[in-house]
Amino acid sequence: MSNNIKMATENMSFYYGDFRAIDNITLGFRENYVTALIGPSGCGKSTYIRTLNRMNDIIPGTRVEGKVLLDGENIYASSVDVVEIRKRVGMVFQKPNPFPKTIFNDVAYGLRLKGIKNRSELQDRVEASLKAAAIWDEVKDRLNKSALSLSGGQQQRLCIARALAIEPEVLLMDEPASALDPIATQKIEELITELKKNYTIIIVTHNMQQAARVSDITAFFYMGKLIEVNTTEKMFTRPSKKQTEDYITGRFG
Amino acid sequence: MEFRKKRKLIEGLAFGVIRLSTVIICLALAIMLGFILLYGYKAITWTFLTQPPTEAMTKGGIFPAIVGTFYLTLGAIVVAFPLGVASAIYLSEYARQGRLVRFIRLGINNLAGVPSVVFGLFGLGLFVVFLGFGSSILSGSLTLGFLILPVIIGTSEEALKAVPQTYREASLALGGTKWQTIYKVVLPAALPGILTGSILGIGRAAGETAPIMFTAAAFYTPKLPSSVFDEVMALPYHIYVLATAGTHIEETRHLQYGTALVLIALVLGINLVAIIIRTKIRRKQTY
Repeated sequence: MSNNIKMATENMSFYYGDFRAIDNITLGFRENYVTALIGPSGCGKSTYIRTLNRMNDIIPGTRVEGKVLLDGENIYASSVDVVEIRKRVGMVFQKPNPFPKTIFNDVAYGLRLKGIKNRSELQDRVEASLKAAAIWDEVKDRLNKSALSLSGGQQQRLCIARALAIEPEVLLMDEPASALDPIATQKIEELITELKKNYTIIIVTHNMQQAARVSDITAFFYMGKLIEVNTTEKMFTRPSKKQTEDYITGRFG
Repeated sequence: MEFRKKRKLIEGLAFGVIRLSTVIICLALAIMLGFILLYGYKAITWTFLTQPPTEAMTKGGIFPAIVGTFYLTLGAIVVAFPLGVASAIYLSEYARQGRLVRFIRLGINNLAGVPSVVFGLFGLGLFVVFLGFGSSILSGSLTLGFLILPVIIGTSEEALKAVPQTYREASLALGGTKWQTIYKVVLPAALPGILTGSILGIGRAAGETAPIMFTAAAFYTPKLPSSVFDEVMALPYHIYVLATAGTHIEETRHLQYGTALVLIALVLGINLVAIIIRTKIRRKQTY
């Protein structure tokens, strides 16, 4: 782990029309750390994580104020190509969303977008990605079967493999295990711990124990504001704000 | 007790009416098909299917009309499919949903309500006269194409809207551009629904008489078209001619039914091909 700040927001606010969903958040994400974003429903944590790869661009009537920095460069600057940003900042969504394609073509999708056509290179990189997402052994004999034939947990790991295939620098995960059963969840969590060696990971989660298990840093959001950020250990043992303590101990949220 | 009886009665009545409506529709279809089959099957011979009409169209076959209708229908799809799908993509994926799009959609819906004879006059004015294509396959195909555009745009738009937003998000998040996302993910997923629209369009295009009356259809021509600028005979127009304009209306009754039978078979045949393609695509996508 390094102390290098890979990604950060500076005085960032986000609006749906006139509604301010994110209120002036300044927060940095360290390279090769897992940062968990927690908070009650509607606190803005999902909206926040979607500003980090400009996924909210596709929602009409929204706008961003302030800066979102990737290696010190504002990704909302007009000179920046959003497609390039999304190749560097990968995302895994709440519900597994594989394409209705074969397992192989699903993982190869992003590679083909990058212009990789060579069959053996595609095969190598698909295999490497599936291995990195700890699903290779389960799918290696059925790469030409539909991705939709997999179980929910397998689909989600496939989506992680797909995101890893294009070799992003940052991996955003928006409640990646909320639609999965406990065993599948455990696999995803083990995977996250494994992946942080190579990636900077930011994960939104509803599940307090999950944040405690997988993350190094935890940030608590409430009503579009960042209430507190600290090491996960300190956050769950001696939170400095009363709101954080109330939420973590289950008094609200 | 009284109340329960009444409730049961209403329940039975409602279901009865609904069931009866369905039966009536099926019956109407069956009677129509049965009628055509009964009166027309005798006309169906090898000569009928492969020869041009002879003796002032009281004998011989309808081969030129079969070929004509096939070309016109194919032409209409070639015109309407790319235009319609492109418009649907614009409306559902690119255009900002607002007053302009509402206005365009209103226009398309109105286009669907325009009587087909008006399309015929429009085709006559624009393609036949103004653009100088004459009465030809080209003019007829373009006219029929515009006629079925609203159907294709409407169903294609519905099909595109039914593609889960999560597919688009997944593709964009992997560094796909908007067009790559549409072309590689959204369109393939919507294709079965889009083909349904084309199937409806095919049926409509093949069966219309008024739009081709002034733009493509010949009263009688034994020769087959050699280019898109040639006039052709067409099945629906041939039926219309035999049933109204000939001097032997009664004598050719069985030929009229026979022609109708061939028209229905042709439409079903083209539809069947489209349905098979659709099923293949669906299977490929979901297994």
